[in-house]
Amino acid sequence: MLLNQFLLLSAVLFCLGVYGVLARKNGMLVLMSVELILNAVNINLVAFGAFRADVGGSVFALFTIAVAAAEVGIGLAIVLLMYRNRRSIDLTQADLLKG
Amino acid sequence: MFPHLAAGAVSEVSTVTNEANWLLENAWLIALLPAISFVLILFFGKKMPFKGAEFGITAVSISFILAILTGAAWMDHRDNFTLDTYGEKAAVLVDDGTGSAVDNVTLAAGTAAEAAGGDGQAYVAVQKTTQWLQSGGVEFNAGIMVDGLSVMMLFVVTMISLLVHIYSTDYVGGDRRYTHFFAFLSLFTSSMLFFVLSDNILQMIVGWELVGVCSFALIGHWWEEKPNSDAALKAFITNRVGDVGLLVGMITLFFAAGKGMTFDTITINENILQGGVSHTALVVAAACLTIAVMSKSGQFVLHTWLPDAMAGPTPVSALIHAATMVVAGIYMVARLFPVFWEGMQIDGSSINFLATVGAVTLVGAGLLAFVQDDIKKVLAYSTVSQLGYMAMALGVGAWTAAVFHLFTHAFFKANLFLGSGSVAHAVHSFDMKKDMGGMRKFMPKTYVTFVIGSLALAGLFPLAGFWSKDEILVNTGGWGILGGSGSAPGSYTFHFVMGMIGAALTAAYMTRCVYLTFHGEYRGGHHDDHAEDHADDHGHHGEPHESGPRILYPLYILSAFSILVGFANLPPGFLTGSKKDPAGWQERFLHFIEPAGSSYFPAVGHATPSWWLAIVASLVAVAGAGAAFTYYFVKVDRLAQRTGEHLVGLPNGVTTTNALARAGHKLLVNKYYLDHLYTGIIAGGTKGPIAKAAYWVNQNVLDGTVDGAGRTAVQSGKLVYEKIDQGVVDGAINASGRTSDAIGEELRHINTGRVQNYAAIMFAGAAILAGAFVLLLAL
Repeated sequence: MLLNQFLLLSAVLFCLGVYGVLARKNGMLVLMSVELILNAVNINLVAFGAFRADVGGSVFALFTIAVAAAEVGIGLAIVLLMYRNRRSIDLTQADLLKG
Repeated sequence: MFPHLAAGAVSEVSTVTNEANWLLENAWLIALLPAISFVLILFFGKKMPFKGAEFGITAVSISFILAILTGAAWMDHRDNFTLDTYGEKAAVLVDDGTGSAVDNVTLAAGTAAEAAGGDGQAYVAVQKTTQWLQSGGVEFNAGIMVDGLSVMMLFVVTMISLLVHIYSTDYVGGDRRYTHFFAFLSLFTSSMLFFVLSDNILQMIVGWELVGVCSFALIGHWWEEKPNSDAALKAFITNRVGDVGLLVGMITLFFAAGKGMTFDTITINENILQGGVSHTALVVAAACLTIAVMSKSGQFVLHTWLPDAMAGPTPVSALIHAATMVVAGIYMVARLFPVFWEGMQIDGSSINFLATVGAVTLVGAGLLAFVQDDIKKVLAYSTVSQLGYMAMALGVGAWTAAVFHLFTHAFFKANLFLGSGSVAHAVHSFDMKKDMGGMRKFMPKTYVTFVIGSLALAGLFPLAGFWSKDEILVNTGGWGILGGSGSAPGSYTFHFVMGMIGAALTAAYMTRCVYLTFHGEYRGGHHDDHAEDHADDHGHHGEPHESGPRILYPLYILSAFSILVGFANLPPGFLTGSKKDPAGWQERFLHFIEPAGSSYFPAVGHATPSWWLAIVASLVAVAGAGAAFTYYFVKVDRLAQRTGEHLVGLPNGVTTTNALARAGHKLLVNKYYLDHLYTGIIAGGTKGPIAKAAYWVNQNVLDGTVDGAGRTAVQSGKLVYEKIDQGVVDGAINASGRTSDAIGEELRHINTGRVQNYAAIMFAGAAILAGAFVLLLAL
């Protein structure tokens, strides 16, 4: 089995996710990009688990999915509240903590 | 094989044992019972039908019975004690394989008898000790030591205390603090019993102070009147002066004779007698302890509290003067006698501190008794004088005579005090000149007992005082012409003369006291409004009447003892015993009480009694009494009958005609100006010029120093504030603050508030860390 291809896929996905998080202004899209990053990590975990014939990698991936679900729940709630207060989910405008 | 071992064992065992008759081992019960009674009276006294008196009387009665039984047990112990286990040990030790064990035991017992000074049986004290606590290798023990001296004291204290308890139920009956009074009587008794049973000097100090506190509380029983509370304070504070001597003396003993290891009385005494204890330390200890005796036992010049202590209720005075408190000092000297014996080199000497203090007290207080109007004060000075006899006797080495005089004195002095209380109870006053006179008509029974007590005190043959006083005089060893030198420890001629003078004085002032109180015409009940006050309360102006049975029976008992106790120590030659028991009644007191031959008591010589001395001493006493008798009973009485006046002295007596006599009289009336010295010069001086000087020193020297120190502190504080605090510390803090401010000012630009900028920095950081990690692995 070729581990490299999975790692490359994972790296590409991770970079796409990071780009999305850093570059998009829409809060929803940023959340979706975070999901991409998490999935890149999941691919890495499962790939290494299969490579070493160890079920532990898949188990960690399952945990990550569960944690990601919780994180998305909170993230969506924040975005929803932000929309209610500002009628906008543009992250560049949310700079009240500016130093 | 090792005969010297056996000898060593003999001398050790022959002194102290902890195995004896149950009563001797458990003598602490006698002290415990009144203590329990004290607690019971405090908590339940007021609710009881007799207001707490029943607790005290029951406890002291049981203690008294136990004390008698203990005395009997001690006599048996003294005559018959042989420790069987000791015999076996000795047999093992001396067994050289030739003789039979039985012979060896006999040999060992014979050695013990020889060690005892040929008195037949060794003198073995009983000691029971438990450890209280241990600190730094020093054991603090609590225990009892029972030997002849403590057994004798147990008997005297419990007996006098019991009679005083019974007497008090009448005398202080109806008093507002009746229950309180009985509580303290119990505690007082218990403290004294605790003191005489102590087996170590630490416990003695505790007992000594307890006795002092109880006497303070009882002297000040009627504290609402200022003189009474003043008297209580005076007693307490004067005793504190002596207590300093006691503490210093005891501490010196602990380190010098106890080797800094033990408080045990017997060990300390043994160490002193075996030599090896610094003589200087013993001199210091003996002098300090003598000062303690001077305050506690009322010796010149610290005796002034004792006459004032008459402010207490009369039964308390009887208890203080006969059995507790004042005899504590004498007892302490008797108990630690080797300290004085070696420290003052009593043996073979002719003068020392303790004996001289006693001799001066004996005559000085005897003279003071002549000018007192208060019947109790006459008796108080008489006690001071008699305590002087005891201290003098101890000082000249007449140990048994001193202890014997303590024993006889307890009975006739208690008798006299309770008798004076009986009279005062009838006339509501203690003033002989104003409120008494002719009392024999009203109180014939009290009169008889009082006269018996007076005769015993004056030392008339064959009453108690005669025997003990004669024994003291003969043991001073003064003037061998009277046959006194015999084998007396020293030759104390000065003290012998003082003792003789004291004998004459005692007889004279007691004659005066008896005349003023009981003879002549009744002077009370008519002359001032004082009597009017009492007339309403009692409804019998004028006519005093005899006291009730609870006052009279103690008087009868004490009178009987005043007559009889002298026979407890007959000198050789009187009432020679049968063939079976040749010693008969002679020197029984000496035999049972004096620890002769034991390792904790010095080898004290005893003078041979002399008929001449006894006759001369009796003549001196009779001469003293006769002089006073001629003055009062003949001259004053006749003049009073001729003129029909109430006289207490001749109008043209020697004190009014002779300047020298007048000056002497004034000196005596002012009590040698000792009170002036204490309150006027010492206390007043402390308040006046010394206080001013102290104030000046305080203002100029002490305050100057303090102010200077303060100013310097302020100066240096300012310097520190300006330079170090403001400059260095605050500078550093401000600098760090400013630096943070500047850094923050720069860094705030990073803080855009945009979440994506933060994320970018985070990712950048993660990337750098990942790069560093890869690099690290590659390296």
